Amino acid sequence: MFGLCTKFGKLTLCDNYLKAMSGNQSNTSAAPLVAMRGITKAYPGCLANDSIDLFVDAGTIHALLGENGAGKSTLVKILYGLLQADAGSIEWRGESVTIASPAQARQLGIALVFQHFSLFEALSVLENIALGMAVDANNELKQKIIEVSNRYGLPLDPDRQVYTLSVGERQRIEIVRCLLQDPKLLIMDEPTSVLTPQEVNDLFVTLRRLSEEGVAILYISHKLHEIKALCSEATILRGGKRVATAIPEQESTHSLASLMMGDELVAPERETHTPQDKVLLSLSNASRAAAEQHEVPLENINLNVRAGEIVGIAGVAGNGQDELMQVISGEQALGHAQALVLDGEPAGTMSPGARRAKGLCCVPEERLGHASVPSMSLTENAFLTAHHRTNMRTIGLISKRKSKRFAEQVIEQFNVQCNGTATAAASLSGGNLQKFIVGREIEQKPSVFVVSQPTWGVDAGAAAAIHKSLQDMARQGAAVLVISQDLDELMLISDRIAALCAGRLSDVHQTEDVTVQQLGELMGGASISAEVSA
Amino acid sequence: MSPESNMFVMIALTIISAATPLVYAAIGELVVEKSGVLNLGVEGMMLAGAVSGFAVAHVSGSAMLGVLAGVFAGMLLALIFAFLTLGLRASQVATGLALTIFGIGLSALMGQALIGIAYEGIPSLNIPYLSDIPVLGPLLFQHDLLVYGSFALVIAVSYFLKYTRAGLIVRAIGDSPEAAHALGYPVLRVRYLATLFGGACAGLSGCYLSMAYAPMWVESMSAGRGWIALALVVFATWQPGRLLFGAYLFGGITILQLHAQAIGINVPSQLMSMLPYVATIIVLVLISRDRGRIRKNAPASIGQAFHPTK
Repeated sequence: MFGLCTKFGKLTLCDNYLKAMSGNQSNTSAAPLVAMRGITKAYPGCLANDSIDLFVDAGTIHALLGENGAGKSTLVKILYGLLQADAGSIEWRGESVTIASPAQARQLGIALVFQHFSLFEALSVLENIALGMAVDANNELKQKIIEVSNRYGLPLDPDRQVYTLSVGERQRIEIVRCLLQDPKLLIMDEPTSVLTPQEVNDLFVTLRRLSEEGVAILYISHKLHEIKALCSEATILRGGKRVATAIPEQESTHSLASLMMGDELVAPERETHTPQDKVLLSLSNASRAAAEQHEVPLENINLNVRAGEIVGIAGVAGNGQDELMQVISGEQALGHAQALVLDGEPAGTMSPGARRAKGLCCVPEERLGHASVPSMSLTENAFLTAHHRTNMRTIGLISKRKSKRFAEQVIEQFNVQCNGTATAAASLSGGNLQKFIVGREIEQKPSVFVVSQPTWGVDAGAAAAIHKSLQDMARQGAAVLVISQDLDELMLISDRIAALCAGRLSDVHQTEDVTVQQLGELMGGASISAEVSA
Repeated sequence: MSPESNMFVMIALTIISAATPLVYAAIGELVVEKSGVLNLGVEGMMLAGAVSGFAVAHVSGSAMLGVLAGVFAGMLLALIFAFLTLGLRASQVATGLALTIFGIGLSALMGQALIGIAYEGIPSLNIPYLSDIPVLGPLLFQHDLLVYGSFALVIAVSYFLKYTRAGLIVRAIGDSPEAAHALGYPVLRVRYLATLFGGACAGLSGCYLSMAYAPMWVESMSAGRGWIALALVVFATWQPGRLLFGAYLFGGITILQLHAQAIGINVPSQLMSMLPYVATIIVLVLISRDRGRIRKNAPASIGQAFHPTK
């Protein structure tokens, strides 16, 4: 937190310029559906929202743009009654209101699809939705869920327990819950990150239909082309301040991005790598039965990753990504050693530690609890995976000095904002922790690097940094495998691409031969006609 | 009545009276744990309930007032626990253990003057005709109200958790207080109420011991039943129906060993006394094989402090 706030400090230089820009905002239209004026919220040592104005008209799709830490979440929480502003006023349909609780927000007609899903794992879909709406979990509600989920193409089984569902399915619960409340203002916090292109299109159709029905939508995202395609107005936040309002159609993605990020974009260009002939990671007929009821069985996965290339694996959540990751990392051993060959050596039955020692480093999807121990310090977390490949011990005991130095190196190289190496992993923001755990593996100089959802919930700046370091690795001759649901990401960085559907891997294609639409079909289990196969 | 059926009725009655205090204490703790709070002070709250109930019943001559006093005493201790762990965010484990020690000491101090005093016990039901039916009469229609109350309570709690909105909120808070808070549910208030309910049930359980089971006051008379109740909740995977079954299983095993000794079955009594605990361990091992059930029923946030500001 502290680190972020010092970063904001530099931005105050351009205050006057920003104020001049925001002054252009016209307040002339008849009372907007919601008007937030001068919203200010301070945390100890950090001004999260600094006199922000936000106006959303009924029937419009309004984008709220900003990087992580820009103050979007705080602003939305104030609007939804989860936080109280220190200063400022909120008007709802022209009347001054105080939104003291989410219940009150819901009563007004405000619904929120959370970025981090507020779901109860042990409860069923039906019960979760009932809790979110403060109604009884009865058959009537069940029918409504089925009806709404069918109408908007968001299939859901009301009786499933949430812990058995994938990330994408969980998001559907949130969306369906909001739609059931018949909202006047629907707040969507990064809703498309787990959807296929087709599903995104379907969602946009839904959102446009809702907005035609008069519902205002506050759409929070950092995917600029989505905002250009969908939103009619945009409010851009940076460092807790409103820096501009814009009409997305009239802006280029580049101009929006520079408003959002301040300085010029450092997004990496697409680059192609010339892979060497040497196959570093090879899966042949790798299969794994589902160990638990809702796991996805892997069926005959065949995949070669060569030195110096990035291979991307697309797929909607819950199609075997976690299982594939476990099989590669060694958390789940394969039946026979030959099923996974690591730099020429059969490794299918090796332990994760042995695979790391051989040069295979992995970053699983779940940042907190899987890739890191939330309550442990960064130094300790660094030691946990890096001790296989780096010297972190003195006469067999953990060397605090050596592991601390390694953690410091990661923090410096990957520009992790934190209060030093003693900080607990859980206290880092999502983007910073992601930079740390990706950096931790990259600093070990692996020959094979496998990463799942490298930029999930990470802001554009951090995502660009992570993408760049993946490209650097490939250029230096590592074999890189990226499992992701973010197609833009895969299209940008991967040399070859495949899709995982229901535990089966499609053929692998050269990325430039595949369109996003075709990739979407692959994700749905179809195959592309022979002409584009690589 | 034949001697065999006499023997059977006697054993059945003693099982019921051994199981009833376990049912009360455990069903209360089940609700507490379902809300995400782990109160290890059940034993202490039982003893406070036992001594208060006995004292008030003795002085006033009213079993009703005694039971009320016992319930109140259990709630008072639970309130201390709730204030420390929910209000001040002290460690639930340490505070619960301290509460047990406190309850043992406090009840011993309060009960000094009560030792050796006789009390006729809570009157049993006596329904004309029904109570006189051989075998079934004594089995079904000759208990005190607390026995029937324990069954009613289990059914009520089961219904509450499964079918009411309030019960759903309790389960939700036990699963993820953060998510519940984000939706605007009053996490701490619900946890306070659940903890108080647990205290009331433990107090009631204590009352049953000192006013119906014994009936008299002896120092530390709960003799570890509070701990068995805690184990029962896990044993039952937080399901009221299984909890009832478990309480009777435990009560049964406890009683059978006494009867076995009385009949003269030659097994060392220490071995027999181990039976309930051996059974717990075996069942816990079997239960933990079914991860789905645990995932579905165990409150995920149990024992963790919740900071509403975060």
